[in-house]
Amino acid sequence: MRAQSRGPAKRMLSTAKTMTFLQLIFYIFATVLVGASLMVITVRNPVRAALFLVLAFFSAACLWLTLEAEFLAITLVLVYVGAVMVLFLFVIMMLDVNIAQMRAGFARYLPLGLIVAVVMAGELTLVMLSGEFGLDHAPRPVGQAADYSNTRALGEVIYTDYVFAFELAALILLVAIIAAISLTLRRRPQTRTQSPQKQVRVRKQDRLRVVQMPTSQQDKP
Amino acid sequence: MTWLLAFWAELPLIVQLGVKIFAIIGPLMVAVAYYTLAERKVIGYMHVRIGPNRVGPRGLLQPIADAVKLMFKEMIVPTNADRYLFIIAPILALAPALGAWAVVPFTDTLVLADINASLLYVLALTSMGVYGVVVAGWASNSKYAFLGAMRSAAQIVSYEIAMGFALVGVLMAAGSLNLREIVLAQSGGIHQWFFIPLFPLFLVYLISGVAETNRSPFDVAEGESEIVAGFHVEYSGMGFAVFFLAEYANMLLISALTVLMFLGGWHAPAQIPPFVWVPGLFWFFGKLAVVAFLFLWFRATFPRYRYDQIMRLGWKVFIPVTLVWITVIGVAKFFTPFGHWFG
Repeated sequence: MRAQSRGPAKRMLSTAKTMTFLQLIFYIFATVLVGASLMVITVRNPVRAALFLVLAFFSAACLWLTLEAEFLAITLVLVYVGAVMVLFLFVIMMLDVNIAQMRAGFARYLPLGLIVAVVMAGELTLVMLSGEFGLDHAPRPVGQAADYSNTRALGEVIYTDYVFAFELAALILLVAIIAAISLTLRRRPQTRTQSPQKQVRVRKQDRLRVVQMPTSQQDKP
Repeated sequence: MTWLLAFWAELPLIVQLGVKIFAIIGPLMVAVAYYTLAERKVIGYMHVRIGPNRVGPRGLLQPIADAVKLMFKEMIVPTNADRYLFIIAPILALAPALGAWAVVPFTDTLVLADINASLLYVLALTSMGVYGVVVAGWASNSKYAFLGAMRSAAQIVSYEIAMGFALVGVLMAAGSLNLREIVLAQSGGIHQWFFIPLFPLFLVYLISGVAETNRSPFDVAEGESEIVAGFHVEYSGMGFAVFFLAEYANMLLISALTVLMFLGGWHAPAQIPPFVWVPGLFWFFGKLAVVAFLFLWFRATFPRYRYDQIMRLGWKVFIPVTLVWITVIGVAKFFTPFGHWFG
């Protein structure tokens, strides 16, 4: 009996051993993620808060990598860390934040803040207790073979099954871009700008006139 | 030899990885050090000067003297600076520049991490390099440094879009996001290298790369004649040295990526005897050196762009060019007989 059970037990032990390394990685990044998110809302300095948000995004991307979702993970870093947060920092850095002034309003807004917090916490609890969450509702993701391309799979789904929704989202973004530009674009007729096309097109004849002039004195040898 | 291989296989994975990483980072650091010397020599000759020639034979020990000097200088933290961010900023600049080398395939088999989406990984990591500059500029609590950070943030975000679109063209042509497969798609000789069918994207990528690394003629983040030294004006000693390392490591990285994506990576220009005798590793590093030389040549040749013209070039010239050429690739690939040429 004992001799028979040794084989599977040993295999389980070895899988448990390989799992622990993945688990270690998961716990490291999960701890960093939760810690960084807490710092985002507790730290006083807005620039530091934004940098902690960057750290949170990065840790979340690393967690997605452990789920073998490499395309999504790298896109998260590329879009949110590489572009969105840089623009965020750009704006935040130019703010002149007075911490004493920020603290002055704290007591006044505390009741309102508490109400919002309680409502949000209640809603979250209701959702979590609805029975739709939990380990039995989310099956454990199966590992794919090494040649499985996440990018290809996503592309096939987006451009075949969900192409209409995808194009619609793109259209909405385009409308948002046009709206933002038309809101901020102001024509100032008095400002003077150069036109590089015209500058490049200029030829010598347009600017330079060579004149033959009679000299007043003749050179004598 | 066999016992060595056996010993290597016995080592734990983490030690093996550490040795491999050191085998990339160590030579890279030496290359960076001598790239700075090459820059001073090349620009010197272009200016009809000699360049550094005092330390060691023909000035060959100059980078080591520089490194020793910078290591032993005091690192001054300004009184009102954000102390932690001030120290972290150079690290933030250097880490992505080194991390991106993990996926660079030197030859068909010589690559540390052969991941599926390595092109995307490289793009993501290079886009993080801007944090070093921005954080340094803000944490220094100096007007010049802050102006440099602002300029750099706007510039890098703008050029990254053009760069990303250029890479979209490459991945359309190669049909893969994996750098090794992108190089394999260019095998067969110089006429198969992507710089011919994707010539506009090649130019856009190379110039965006110069802008992305804050090199002359796009070096407005430093702009020594306008804002002294820009984002690193308050740095001294090792902090300054690390920013320098990051800049030159990034230049070498952009050169390596240009070689991989447009100049055929480790492939010889023709599959005939004198060329195939040379190993692929030499072709890769040879091409890399040529592109890296271009960076120095640009610096000695072009005057600095004005800031609004940098923005105009990025948004109004490069992005439309890449968008048009992506359409051209798509049409050529599926509706014309030149499809095989575009990958």
